[in-house]
Amino acid sequence: MAKIIVVTSGKGGVGKTTSSAAIATGLAMRGFKTVVIDFDVGLRNLDLIMGCERRVVYDFVNVIKKEATLNQALIKDKRTPGLFILPASQTRDKDALSMEGVQTVLEDLAKDFEYIICDSPAGIEQGAQMALYFADEAIVVTNPEVSSVRDSDRIIGILQSKSLKAEQGGTVKEHLLLTRYNPERVAQAEMLSVADVEDILAVPLLGVIPESEAVLKASNQGAPVILDQESEAGQAYLDAVSRLLGEEMEHRFLEVQKKGFLKRLLGGK
Amino acid sequence: MSIFNYFLKKEKKSSASLAKERLQIIVAHERSKRQQPDYLPLMQKEIMDVIRKYVNIEEDQVTVQLDNNDDCSVLELNITLPE
Repeated sequence: MAKIIVVTSGKGGVGKTTSSAAIATGLAMRGFKTVVIDFDVGLRNLDLIMGCERRVVYDFVNVIKKEATLNQALIKDKRTPGLFILPASQTRDKDALSMEGVQTVLEDLAKDFEYIICDSPAGIEQGAQMALYFADEAIVVTNPEVSSVRDSDRIIGILQSKSLKAEQGGTVKEHLLLTRYNPERVAQAEMLSVADVEDILAVPLLGVIPESEAVLKASNQGAPVILDQESEAGQAYLDAVSRLLGEEMEHRFLEVQKKGFLKRLLGGK
Repeated sequence: MSIFNYFLKKEKKSSASLAKERLQIIVAHERSKRQQPDYLPLMQKEIMDVIRKYVNIEEDQVTVQLDNNDDCSVLELNITLPE
């Protein structure tokens, strides 16, 4: 039985697509057959982050409208075996996704895949609700910043009331993923700390991704940042994937890194 | 920076703790609203209309709140009557 995980946040620009790409890649690296779906109809971007934008022929909406089969629309990732991407449509018709259509596609995918990652659009409208409706688990991506935390709380409210699991009297398992974390600013009391955000949202912490130049570099190259295992962000995503699989890991990169003498001398970062 | 700034700075709260305080208040407020049943705003309006038949009051002089305890719900109606 496939596990459906939605990556959501309410607020835009906090790192949903970056996180979806990284976590889907991480799960495939661990040997699980994984598909990542872009639910952002109209503003397709996952394909760029995954580096497969030139290989998109058919998309999610084509499959729902039966203009293409699932196999025609799925893009096989070239870097990571066992990883597939289902791109969003660029149609401007925002009602192109139907609940029944989404359900059929998810049921079909569940036959072949172990993990289905749903990259949610921003907002709390129909598109975001569609992305989370069938989820077994949710990764709530949050920045340590007031508007992002508030919006995360709103989306948590929707997960707890408007998901299929909630309607059936169950719960969607929630995970907090704190991204763009800057330990220096936290140390100077200029940024909400991990503990502050955990305190407010009361959702178990899946991981903390430090603000890192590697993220932009990765998106420039179209390679998920988790593949850059030299970078702190890449390592933090690897840890998050391990925790998602139930392994206990200590949280890293929460403290200010002391620069070594040589590094300071050379001005390295 | 003068020596006065040094002392003044200590008095001021850090921006992170200010953020946390503001968030705790707004999130608690929004959560309590979220748990309200859908009919509450309309019911509040109708109660207002009934009261207005007899007493002249403003909208902000009435608060309606529904608290859910384990086995019972308490509907609290607070009306401030003009003198």
